[in-house]
Amino acid sequence: MGLFGGRKTITVDTDILVIGGGMAGCGATYESRFWGRDLKVVTVEKANIERSGAVAQGLYAINCYMGMQWDENQPEDFVRYARNDLMGLTREDLSYDIARHVDSTVHKFDEWGLPIMRDPETGRYQREGKWQIMIHGESYKPIVAEAARKAADEVYNRIMVTHLLKDKNNANRVSGAVGFNVRTGDFYVFRAKAVIVSAGGASHIFKPRAVGEGMGRTWYAPWSSASAYALPILAGAKMTQMENRIVLCRFKDGYGPVGAYFLHLKTYTENAYGENYEKTWYEHTKNLVGDYIDREPTPTCLRNHAFHEEMRAGRGPIRMVTKEAFQDPHKETVGWENFLGMTIGQAVVWASQNIDPKHTNPELTTSEPYVMGSHATCSGAWASGPEDYAPDEYQWGYNRMMTVDGLFGAGDTIGGTAHKFSSGSFTEGRIAAKAAVNYVNDLKDQPEVCEQEYQELEEIIYQPLENYRVGRNEIVAGTVSPSYMLPIQGLQRLEKIMDEYVGGISVGYVTNEPMLERGLEHLQMLKEDIPHLGAEDLHQLQRAWELHHRVLASECVTQHTLFRKETRWPGYYYRGDHPKLDDKDWHCLTLSQYDKENDSWQMDKAPVYHIVN
Amino acid sequence: MPTFVYMTRCDGCGHCVDICPSDIMHIDKTYRRAYNIEPNMCWECYSCIKACPQNAIDDRGYADFAPMGHSVRVLREPEKGTISWKLKFRDGTVKEFVSPIRTTEWGSIPSAETYNAPKSNEYKTQELSHEPDALNLEDGLPALVPDQLEKYSVPNAVGHNSKSKQLKQEAV
Ligand SMILES: Cc1cc2nc3c(=O)[nH]c(=O)nc-3n(C[C@H](O)[C@H](O)[C@H](O)COP(=O)(O)OP(=O)(O)OC[C@H]3O[C@@H](n4cnc5c(N)ncnc54)[C@H](O)[C@@H]3O)c2cc1C
Ligand code: SF4
Ligand code: SF4
Repeated sequence: MGLFGGRKTITVDTDILVIGGGMAGCGATYESRFWGRDLKVVTVEKANIERSGAVAQGLYAINCYMGMQWDENQPEDFVRYARNDLMGLTREDLSYDIARHVDSTVHKFDEWGLPIMRDPETGRYQREGKWQIMIHGESYKPIVAEAARKAADEVYNRIMVTHLLKDKNNANRVSGAVGFNVRTGDFYVFRAKAVIVSAGGASHIFKPRAVGEGMGRTWYAPWSSASAYALPILAGAKMTQMENRIVLCRFKDGYGPVGAYFLHLKTYTENAYGENYEKTWYEHTKNLVGDYIDREPTPTCLRNHAFHEEMRAGRGPIRMVTKEAFQDPHKETVGWENFLGMTIGQAVVWASQNIDPKHTNPELTTSEPYVMGSHATCSGAWASGPEDYAPDEYQWGYNRMMTVDGLFGAGDTIGGTAHKFSSGSFTEGRIAAKAAVNYVNDLKDQPEVCEQEYQELEEIIYQPLENYRVGRNEIVAGTVSPSYMLPIQGLQRLEKIMDEYVGGISVGYVTNEPMLERGLEHLQMLKEDIPHLGAEDLHQLQRAWELHHRVLASECVTQHTLFRKETRWPGYYYRGDHPKLDDKDWHCLTLSQYDKENDSWQMDKAPVYHIVN
Repeated sequence: MPTFVYMTRCDGCGHCVDICPSDIMHIDKTYRRAYNIEPNMCWECYSCIKACPQNAIDDRGYADFAPMGHSVRVLREPEKGTISWKLKFRDGTVKEFVSPIRTTEWGSIPSAETYNAPKSNEYKTQELSHEPDALNLEDGLPALVPDQLEKYSVPNAVGHNSKSKQLKQEAV
């Protein structure tokens, strides 16, 4: 049994299991307790829910708030906005559902003690933009975690969940999950009636711009390790819109946010020669996407597209014009606190490079691509919609249940619902949890875990420790071994494949069918090497499983990108062989399903319903 | 900016190990003090820095793009409900900021259990906890009329594409 021969197997029985205690997971935990008064609710988290997930360092804005109480926006407006930004393709039933509930979530945050700024004149929440409100959110995550801790029967921190378990008697039903404790090495078997996956998005799928020591300076957190996708994929759940990766326009090097700068501080961009370059690319973009370029607001990907084209034309760097706005001391404070509240690294970059936006207009860049479901993008699992109005094809059971019985999801995990952000993710956790409670209460027979299944998984899970122990004897010292691969080596190999073949930064976000096919061949060989990962300790074992999850999600992204034969979102990625948007053949959502037995993918199209005009 | 730990200040309490979302603050076995075992997986989230009772952790901008000689220090005081920042530029410029972090007592959030238990007829409705009250809307939770649906039939590869309107019969 190798290094950790003394490890125990710990079995935890619960009614509802929440995997990942980030924004969505905390919402799911809270709501599970509210409705499931006599149900057992357990939350399992690979880090510590006090500071885990994408909101670990805080946020300076809540990006999804309707303001229905003041008639600022209605859910229909939100559906139109998200649809427009995603070039026509979203799950409008799910979007509407987030929108109609999200205000009650934000009002709870307010009551719980999250400092939300107020407009001194109207007394309403201070708007940053049409959808965003400003907060002093350094403690956003600790506050939300406090509510979740009080709601859960048990919170297990530092347990990396590696696989879901299926019901012994029903191959399409979930019965729990397994993972290991990153501190003790103990093996955990969770037996649950319903499982809610809320394990965040995916960074480090594509090679980041930052290199070496700076590799961790990705826009999305380095610990967003694609578990939200790999867990359902391996369980046979259908995924949607996985090709819809996102590229962010951000301040250079630190990836500091630009939202408050554009919306609240009213700063704007220009090229190296002081020109407004966006309009230069109007005709060119129109030729690619038709009248989508005329929509308001301009879809995020199309603004990126103008940025890329301008850089390629040799008129970079693109800068944010801050010098005017920053003469106002209030605006200067907002500009800095915006970073300190959610991307401290950008403040460090500016301090180190003597960039004071009062005197210098700072550079912008476009990031490497990310895979996620809660920002201006909507990759994730295919979920059943709300019971009261979702179209039949979008509805097969309980709200936010995936195509596997008893398996629910929220936040970055669920596809089709862009622009949820922090508040919408928490809200979706609440929606999924109420549905999961109903599912558990309605259950006629109980799911059973299969002992053989989890015992086999136990062996697979700890194999990297064994590989290292044995292989380490072959070599004198160092990181180069002929028989095992370290997680970081596998990660860099993955990032290089995805970058070069699937449309990362080094190829200007462009790919095509032969490139994608070749990328899949490389991914296949990487997958074959994964059982040979070597882990020196439990920390590296966590990295090994994070890599495993990233590879599976990457393969899914590549399959989807290959399937959609058009360029739907120029600025996020380009199919060189199908450079234009094609509403005739591709005004649809894409679906995939992984078959573990045959190691194959089934691709499909699903209709788009426009439920508001 | 990856973090590092000052040898003379750290007492090995482990708070940073407990909080780091990346699991990269570990206690060195020889010195029994903490250090960052994997700087290239550090997000500069400052969670460890804020949590260190000894102010023993600092960070230095990532080597691949941050010139030396800067510092961004933080003091988080939960009991006061504030966070304070001090930025020092490479050229010596200093900027300071203070923000509130919470408006209520720590630990004061009521448990979901303290609210009245939902009634049996509330389970199959669309309202979530505290709704409709928490929405502050006179008309309650918004709902859609199902027959508004417009469907794009699934376009196929040979180019058949009919934009058809589909009516859904009734809500489930
Ligand atoms: C830099 C930045 C700025 C942003 N700005 C804003 C903003 O201004 N306003 C806004 O509203 N939103 C903003 N967002 C978006 C917001 O943070 C996300 O939409 C939201 O956090 C997504 O919630 P989630 O629960 O899906 O994922 P997360 O909050 O990331 O939670 C996922 C959780 O799952 C855990 N986990 C992952 N894998 C496993 C596993 N295998 N086993 C156990 N646990 C696991 C993680 O540790 C984490 O706790 C920003 C995000 C970033 C990164
Ligand atoms: S929290 Fe501070 S004092 Fe405690 S181990 Fe970490 S660095 Fe040392
Ligand atoms: S700054 Fe964040 S990621 Fe880096 S060591 Fe500290 S807690 Fe971990």
